[in-house]
Amino acid sequence: MSGVAQARSSGRMQRLWCVLRDVAARPSGAVGLSLVGFHILLAALGPWLVPYDTGAMSSGEMLETPSMAHWMGTDHLGRDIASRVMLGGREALIVTGLATPLAMLWGGFTGLALGLAGGRIDEAMMRIVDAFLSLPGILILLVLVMTFGTSNAVLVPTLGFLFGIPIIRVARAATHEVIARDFVAAARARGHGAMTIIAVELLPNVRDTLMVEGAMRWSWMLLAFSSLSFLGFGVAPPTPDWGLMIADGRIYMSLALWGVLGPVIALSSLIVGINLAADALAKSLGIDRARKAVI
Amino acid sequence: MGASPLIQIKGLSVGFTGLSGRTLPVLHDVDLSVARGQSVGLVGESGSGKSTLALAAMGYLKSGLRLLNGTVRFDGHDMFDQRRTGLEAIRGGQLGLVPQNAGQSLTPTIRIGKQMAEALRLHSPLPRADHRARALELLEQVRLPDPEAIYRRYAHELSGGQQQRVAIAMALAGDPDALLLDEPTTGLDVTTQAHILDLLRDLAQARHMAMLYVSHDLGVIARTCDRVMVMYAGEVVLEGGTRDVLRAPVHPYARGLLASIPKLADTHLPVALEGRPPAPGEGRTGCAFAPRCALASDECRAAPVAMQTAARGMQARCLHHERVAALPLGGTGAAPVHTVRDGPPALALEDLAVCYARPGFWDKLTGAAPPVATVQGITTQIARGETLGLVGESGSGKSTILKAIAGLLAPLAGTIALDGNTPLPPLVAARRPAQLRRVQLIFQNPDDSLNPRHSVAQILAQPLKLYHGLGGPALRARQEALLEQVRLGAHYLDRLPRQLSGGEKQRVAIARAFAADPDIVLCDEVTSALDVSVQAAVLELLNDLKAAAAATYVFVSHDLAVVHALADRVAVLYQGRLCEIGPTAAVYGRPSHPYTEVLLGAVLEPDPDAAPRLLTNDAADLAPPATGCPFQRRCPRHMGAVCDTEVPPPRSGPDGHVIYCHLPAEALEADMAPGGTAS
Repeated sequence: MSGVAQARSSGRMQRLWCVLRDVAARPSGAVGLSLVGFHILLAALGPWLVPYDTGAMSSGEMLETPSMAHWMGTDHLGRDIASRVMLGGREALIVTGLATPLAMLWGGFTGLALGLAGGRIDEAMMRIVDAFLSLPGILILLVLVMTFGTSNAVLVPTLGFLFGIPIIRVARAATHEVIARDFVAAARARGHGAMTIIAVELLPNVRDTLMVEGAMRWSWMLLAFSSLSFLGFGVAPPTPDWGLMIADGRIYMSLALWGVLGPVIALSSLIVGINLAADALAKSLGIDRARKAVI
Repeated sequence: MGASPLIQIKGLSVGFTGLSGRTLPVLHDVDLSVARGQSVGLVGESGSGKSTLALAAMGYLKSGLRLLNGTVRFDGHDMFDQRRTGLEAIRGGQLGLVPQNAGQSLTPTIRIGKQMAEALRLHSPLPRADHRARALELLEQVRLPDPEAIYRRYAHELSGGQQQRVAIAMALAGDPDALLLDEPTTGLDVTTQAHILDLLRDLAQARHMAMLYVSHDLGVIARTCDRVMVMYAGEVVLEGGTRDVLRAPVHPYARGLLASIPKLADTHLPVALEGRPPAPGEGRTGCAFAPRCALASDECRAAPVAMQTAARGMQARCLHHERVAALPLGGTGAAPVHTVRDGPPALALEDLAVCYARPGFWDKLTGAAPPVATVQGITTQIARGETLGLVGESGSGKSTILKAIAGLLAPLAGTIALDGNTPLPPLVAARRPAQLRRVQLIFQNPDDSLNPRHSVAQILAQPLKLYHGLGGPALRARQEALLEQVRLGAHYLDRLPRQLSGGEKQRVAIARAFAADPDIVLCDEVTSALDVSVQAAVLELLNDLKAAAAATYVFVSHDLAVVHALADRVAVLYQGRLCEIGPTAAVYGRPSHPYTEVLLGAVLEPDPDAAPRLLTNDAADLAPPATGCPFQRRCPRHMGAVCDTEVPPPRSGPDGHVIYCHLPAEALEADMAPGGTAS
């Protein structure tokens, strides 16, 4: 049995590798993956790479323009902007990196279960989902964060919960495409339980859609996290964070342009990278029906 | 016949670039010519390139395909001319196309009349003011009842046969010189199919059109074409007059193909063709059929075989064409059929009724009459080891009955009992695992019934784990044994469904059903998605498995010949009600229910002399009538008020079969009145 399981998991790794290679072979995928990879590497190795301590203030060097010593200049407290931009994505990547799988897991499972259940439960639950989706996300986020605090232990489940809701809708729609097929009827006729049907029959067929949706949600979540920081509800001040830096820097924009431009470029390049990679992933997995392979 | 052929294809090769970067041919050096007034049939199995050839005659290739060589001329005009000028005038104008699925080729949001007017606007010289009159005339020509009403309808408001007639009328809008027909009747009921074919024949004669007729069904070709071209692996392997090709084919593939078609007169199972056709580009040094051919010699394998002139003017791509007639047909093909068993019942249905429509909130409030049940009054017992065939047109409730037995649909009334005395709970959720194990279902389309993400091993593991709790080496051994049983090797275990051919997929689906060790196997149109040669092999397999596993089959099919080949007893259904049930020989013989007679009359056999007997005006009902005989509205022998008001009583015939009809037995014995038949 273990041999079979091993063979299966190695087959899975092989498939993942194949998909990754296919994504990288597309122009959008290559650009997207290298941007995302660059940001992840920077966040991971940043502490050893930064030229200056991100918290080190220098009253003599406030709001300086870019120079050889400070590539992006300094901020209003005389901190090196380049170092802060390099590390400004760490918190965002950690929080969203944990919250995205959480959102995919709960949203995906709920969507699959509702799609399988159908009927009145499905109808009722989807109206609740609609109600959530009709509210501006940032508003709910602010209410939750103000109630429970702004630590990562709160932000991860909050973001995960909130961004799982649109995934419910996508997972349910993908399930509906599969549910009418005879192999599901065959599993039902054999007498398998609902959990087995979800895990064995449905999940493998909606996994691709979920992956792409998850990637897209990740980029939205990054934006939401940065918005929170911008509004002062995310990362606490001494820690460098893009949203926070934009909030602080915008007052001095006319004096130190890079205080805003640096984090903006960093954040948008990461989000554009994720979107490009997700786009290529969708095409590689064949979800993008517009371009269908011949034979 | 014109001096020069209307459609002329010379040396046509079409191919695509495979993943390896090689050019893989789909069509290989094909010649074809169709003259005015001539109808040519293109026959072949899926992947033989017949549709590609027909579409190439229009100057069209599916995306990814490239013209490699050769010319296609229509009325002297090069259809693959780089400038593509005048192509619009020919396509849809001089050259009409009738697609396979008219329901999909008609626009759902535009009324039929407007769509017809569109075709006329593009291709007819008539002034716009006359378009309506012309459209109505065309609808009349394709024998649609009440053209005015059809003109105003949407596509979904028409039945499949009516949609196909509209598609034909639209193809005629440009007053074409030639028609291309791509499987125009596949997917239609036998009676509808026979009517459409009659219509096409008459139209071709009246308008002196050239017709190129693509079909996998030799019965259809026999009915409509003067000449036949048999295609195999992108090549024409046999060409000749329809009669000659069907009576004495001089190519071993054509002979095998003919032998694999189940016929009503047969007393044995059809003979399967061994092996499978090569994939595009697969090792082609010699004759493409050589690996499957009993006559193949070294000469055949050494070099491509050119067309040879054979007996009676036939052209065959075979070096041994004079020996084909003497070729013994392989396989057993002699399995005993039609055994009526008197054993204890394995399954008993008692007054089974199923209804899809549930009364709505408003209906309950107003106390409206309950909806008419889709299936009603099904009572029968199936003996252990017996095969009960269920036949009927689409909408006759065959599959619904299977779903009810499988526990996927809750019946409205009636009981389903195992062993004749243990009632089964209506739904799967309430059945015990032991009960579930004993009833297994095989679906029509293996593309749909096998999870595309599961390997064959995973597919087979599911029932084995669920019912038998197998794991480890025992599971593996059982999986291998099952594959062996369905004549696939153990090396198939790691494959995914998309890596299998249609027949192999259906074998895996059959293996999955037998993995449960079932007592009752429900077969829902299990061969109708397969090619005929593959169908023969699957039928043989089912028959062998039944004997080995001592299982009982309920076998649903719309194909009367297939049911005839496999079933011991047959039930004929119309609109979810039993018309006739009894031993196969008795049901297919006399006396018979008028509906059985209509069905049998419409069967197309691969025989140029067998003409179907049709009712003049025959269209299937869309819903069962609320009272009386289900067949009342179509019955050629309608007797009057009694048929409309009273459910016909079961009448036992002399040979142990039951007919549900008001007519006296001696009337059922006689043929239909000659006035009631056409052609």
